[in-house]
Amino acid sequence: MLEKALVGDKRYWTWVISLMAVIGIATLFYLKQYSEGLGVTGLGRDVTWGFYIAQFTFLVGVAASAVMVVLPYYLHDYKAFAKITILGEFLAISAVTMCMTFIFVDMGQPFRIVNVFLYPSPTSMMFWDTVSLSGYMVLNIIISHVTLGAEKQGMAPPKWIKPVIILSIPWAVSIHTVTAFLYAGLGARPFWMAAILAPRFLASAFAAGPALLILFCLILRKVTKFDAGREPVQTLAKIVTYAMAINVFFILMEVFTAVYSGIPEHLEHFKFMFLGLEGNSMMAPWMWVSSILAVVSLILLLNPKARRNESWLVVACIAVFLSLWIDKGMALIVTGFVPSVLGAVPTYVPTVTELMISLGIYALGLLMITVLYKIALSVRGQWVTKRIVETQRSPVKAGS
Amino acid sequence: MGIDRRKFFKVSGLTALGLAGGSVSKVFSGEDFLDTAAPVRPEGPLTAQRWAMVIDLRKCHEQADCNDCVTACHTTHNVPKWENPKDEVKWIWKESFEHAFHDQEHPYQQESLKHLPTLVLCNHCDNPPCVRVCPTGATWKREKDGIVMMDWHRCIGCRYCVVACPYGARSFNWRDPRPKIQKIEPDFPTRSRGVVEKCTFCEERLARGMLPACVEACKYGAMHFGDLEDPHSNVRELLSKRYTIRRKPGLGTNPEVYYIV
Repeated sequence: MLEKALVGDKRYWTWVISLMAVIGIATLFYLKQYSEGLGVTGLGRDVTWGFYIAQFTFLVGVAASAVMVVLPYYLHDYKAFAKITILGEFLAISAVTMCMTFIFVDMGQPFRIVNVFLYPSPTSMMFWDTVSLSGYMVLNIIISHVTLGAEKQGMAPPKWIKPVIILSIPWAVSIHTVTAFLYAGLGARPFWMAAILAPRFLASAFAAGPALLILFCLILRKVTKFDAGREPVQTLAKIVTYAMAINVFFILMEVFTAVYSGIPEHLEHFKFMFLGLEGNSMMAPWMWVSSILAVVSLILLLNPKARRNESWLVVACIAVFLSLWIDKGMALIVTGFVPSVLGAVPTYVPTVTELMISLGIYALGLLMITVLYKIALSVRGQWVTKRIVETQRSPVKAGS
Repeated sequence: MGIDRRKFFKVSGLTALGLAGGSVSKVFSGEDFLDTAAPVRPEGPLTAQRWAMVIDLRKCHEQADCNDCVTACHTTHNVPKWENPKDEVKWIWKESFEHAFHDQEHPYQQESLKHLPTLVLCNHCDNPPCVRVCPTGATWKREKDGIVMMDWHRCIGCRYCVVACPYGARSFNWRDPRPKIQKIEPDFPTRSRGVVEKCTFCEERLARGMLPACVEACKYGAMHFGDLEDPHSNVRELLSKRYTIRRKPGLGTNPEVYYIV
């Protein structure tokens, strides 16, 4: 099916080549990091994990969010998601690839990563995260390949794929739970040591991922002949609304526990995040922007009129995505290190090298999404031709 | 593990040397060829069931300018010296009391204690979180004597152990350390960039029957090293007679470095 990605109009190739150029430049920056060491980043003794690991954490959420289209479609037979399920799965594959790349660039000895498999260490959450992420990747590749392949031939997918799809649902939950466990089990880092971390991760994932999917659907409607239709977009919008509301609720619960108990080792992190600590308020403006965006998005989403208006919905989805990206992709990881285990208040600012490498990985993800969506839509004849096959397309429900 | 590998290289190196020099018999004569350069105590290696350290902060505080233990450790172990604090690698160093004992400070504490430098190093915890989180087994607690060991050749540089250590005892090589080692000590390996390192209670010296470099370097008797399982050991004696504290005992890591305050 890959050949579908190798033909396209000028617009397609301009986009693909631009992404490749960004990836190429980022590769040069990575070579610099590889030869000089991680010292070229803003990371150091005190803030040991930063931008890379934060992007990884955020993107695991995006990957897990595919379950929000897979579950209604396959478990509840919700036909409106027929057209977009494959988009969710392809988004998951691209997001997991980005996650793995972010981990790779964060390693001091990246080519020793194979040691994780040579010396499996079940006491380490990182081991389990590797297992669950690679498993999720494999599941999504199998599922999308088989269902899309069947669709291409105009047949129903084979029966055996159904249990695989069902398995992918709890598996999606597991990837983000285990990712939260990376942080939530460390006595050294009280900021992360909260039982609500995994539920909070899932809530924010199920808001940010579907918000992104809505944006993708609307972009595809503009640039291709694919139209997800109104109903699936509106259903996704409801999912985003619930998940975002739950996420904000969870964050407020964390704030309550820290503030009301007043235990310094919990409270100080929140102080740093929202107000600044010992004169270091680098995170505060970001967190306020994130909070305001969260409130704005909720006002729009909870109001049915605004939610049903696609222009406002776009604003709400962008607000959700940015708010959660700041919260998870910037604040959550770094704040765990401020104050440090020795009580210092370090400063961490990602360097240009770090940001360029990250940009390259995002470009890689976008390239994968572009290519995979191109394949999916070409199979359906929706990339260039006007909806010929739309009505004939039966839902890829396995076993029926 | 580290020892085995090192031994292997030494044996093969010495074998080659021996063959070249025609003194094969000496190499295989059964004497401890591990350490030709360093002095070997005739009593053999120092062993214990559970190594522990007691640091007498009062004695240490009297010598506020003394840095002998730190210098001894860092030169013995080829620890690089970085100007930028974010790149720093250190095995043993002085922190202010309020940093080392973050949860013990109060605003009316003796000024002297508050800012007095306090020696900190790896606590060789009984229940080490760094070991629990390592995804490759590159760091582990040695069963025979409780030392938390490091294999720099297996470490992938993920820094999960640095994140999990509540004492900030672990350092990552953000850059190639070799150009920043003032004088390379040929007896001890240097590290490459991208791996984590820390104090190992001088396991390589214990194997030669020598005390840890810091303890040996301390002229004021502020550092005591011994077997916690031996009721008559120096450390047990001190622990039974003096009031001692440990860093962050509430975390359940069971650190094995004790402080007399």
